[in-house]
Amino acid sequence: MVALALVIVPLVFALLAMVVPQRVRSWLLLVAGAVQLVLAGVALSMPVVGGLNGWLLLDGVGRLVLAFTTLLFFLCVIYARGYLAFHPERSNRNFIACLLAFMAMMTLMIEAQHLGLMWVALETLTLASAPLVYFEQGPRALEATWKYLLIGSVGIALALLGSLFLAYSALRGGVAPSLLQADLTADAARLSRPWLRSAFVILFIGYGTKMGLAPMHTWKPDAYGEAPGVVGALLAGGVTSCAFMAILRFLRICAAAGDATFARQLMVVMGLLSMAVAGAFVARQKDFKRMLAYSSVEHMGILVLGVGIGGAAVFGAMLHMVNNALTKGVLFMSAANIQRAYGSKSTDDVRGALRRVPISAGLLLAGFFAITGSPPFGPFLSEFTILNATIAGGHWFVAALFLLLLAVVFIGMGSTVIAVVQGEAPKATTEAKSTRGVRFSFVAPAVLLLGLVLLLGVYIPKPLSDLLHGAAASVEVFR
Amino acid sequence: MKSDAVDALLVLVLLLNFFALGTSRMRAVINATALQGVVLGVIAVLAHRQFTLQPMLIAGGAALIKGVVIPWMLLRAMRDVSIRREIEPVIGYVSSLVAGAVATGVAILFARTLPLADENVGSLFVPASLATVLTGFIILTTRRKAITQVAGYLVLENGIFIMGLTLVDAMPFLVEVGVLLDLVVGIFVMGIIIYQINREFASLDTTRLAHLKE
Repeated sequence: MVALALVIVPLVFALLAMVVPQRVRSWLLLVAGAVQLVLAGVALSMPVVGGLNGWLLLDGVGRLVLAFTTLLFFLCVIYARGYLAFHPERSNRNFIACLLAFMAMMTLMIEAQHLGLMWVALETLTLASAPLVYFEQGPRALEATWKYLLIGSVGIALALLGSLFLAYSALRGGVAPSLLQADLTADAARLSRPWLRSAFVILFIGYGTKMGLAPMHTWKPDAYGEAPGVVGALLAGGVTSCAFMAILRFLRICAAAGDATFARQLMVVMGLLSMAVAGAFVARQKDFKRMLAYSSVEHMGILVLGVGIGGAAVFGAMLHMVNNALTKGVLFMSAANIQRAYGSKSTDDVRGALRRVPISAGLLLAGFFAITGSPPFGPFLSEFTILNATIAGGHWFVAALFLLLLAVVFIGMGSTVIAVVQGEAPKATTEAKSTRGVRFSFVAPAVLLLGLVLLLGVYIPKPLSDLLHGAAASVEVFR
Repeated sequence: MKSDAVDALLVLVLLLNFFALGTSRMRAVINATALQGVVLGVIAVLAHRQFTLQPMLIAGGAALIKGVVIPWMLLRAMRDVSIRREIEPVIGYVSSLVAGAVATGVAILFARTLPLADENVGSLFVPASLATVLTGFIILTTRRKAITQVAGYLVLENGIFIMGLTLVDAMPFLVEVGVLLDLVVGIFVMGIIIYQINREFASLDTTRLAHLKE
């Protein structure tokens, strides 16, 4: 019941949002976010959550992803209400309806044990997010949305092709073709190896495109750069994590077939490549929202690298997934606040943000230190765990590259962030619209997220630690 | 006998790939994808071992959408903005053809490494599917007009549809849902965006979409 409710309730709210008037809608969004948070809490308190003949089931990774995406979504809802109130001239109908459908599809992806259903959820998720990316309109947003849809569609099409390959590996193996994860792992030994391997590679490319791994990341800087900040936070923290979770499910099937070594090697190589590409493009990046997109590419690389290394690094990757999502929330929200205050997102125009918008600039600075792995923030702990496991596994070369690329990205991002926050603020040419009345929504969610990131750096609460261990165990179960 | 006909039609699909790669006229590219869609519908009918109503409807529906509805939309969009030719593709047409030939060769070689289930032995399904996917990818990445890019996406979709045909008896539900949903994305969303690009730029040249560069 709860499993179904988690998907259906936000969908019902989305439909409601289509019919109620503008002012009510904004409150409806808040209610929907809160209800979703409660539902997720109920689901996580139950030992088994499932439905639809095993098509829906919260597995270890699913529980973890559900926990932090629902929290991130709720905080984004608070921010989004401020954002929409700041643009009273725009109808918020499509934005709110799409946002709620977006949440429903993300949850469906998390719960779907049927790989075809998971694919359908991803497809619908992409559709629902396109109007969100295009919300600010104009030629640049249009260009970003076009790339987002076209490249995303190719990725999703490849994901379908990979799913068909996976089904064919069962057909060839003489197993009744099924795309239920439980069936595939149970019969994994009989799956046809060549088809299984090809399926993993195609699925990795397909879902990796949605995750934004290099070299399939080219939509990311445009979409994150042009989408409203709060949408960027949800894409970078939510959708990417869901796509990563999908890849973990395919890895599990490969591992159950006793054929995960090549998959893990692929993940290590692609992880390092993503970090390297991010390092190359983040340097001298004038647009600070595009900079965040490359940071996202880097951290997706760290996630697949961690899982590729295996062992304790898987736990590190799970923790890093949470840290990345929460920190990206801080960064995108504060970056959007700064963009709003200056009417620009280029370091050509934006300087001295610590003087003009001290809280948001402080949040951006703290978020920068957090995401680049400085202590005492959470990402430091998770990156350190991954590094440790890499060295313990004897992968000295990988560990050295990992450290080098982390440093490169730190320097690259640092020069942009320092340029934004330091210096004399230029004279405002046009009087920025006052954010009086919505300031709370623009600042409070980011402050809370930063607090959580800080907390995760020094102390991991017991419930979260259980979720993390459960997630890592479900990835490593067939090792 | 029936499988001979299917293989002949799959060869026709491959030839249409090359036709789409080698022409600069957008109308010809759109017509090639349309014809490919219709051929796939026929193959879908022949590929079924028993003639039941539901798969026939799916095959017919897919052929109708791929062969008539989408091409009609694309041709209308083309007429609205009065462009006929693809201008300066990223790589030339001869190079595109060579790339397509290499891709087809790679697809055939790669498909040989994949063992086939008994019912598909000897058929061209897998190599044709991979070759068509790669062709779609080449068109998508080397052409600059939004309409041609959508046509490339449709070719890619056609390739996946061929792969789906090998599974249509084993798991009809997945194949049907997948194919239909992918089509919806292909048409409606891109249709809307094309309309927007048209309104915004009064042109469908995606090189105009070049504000977002490093």
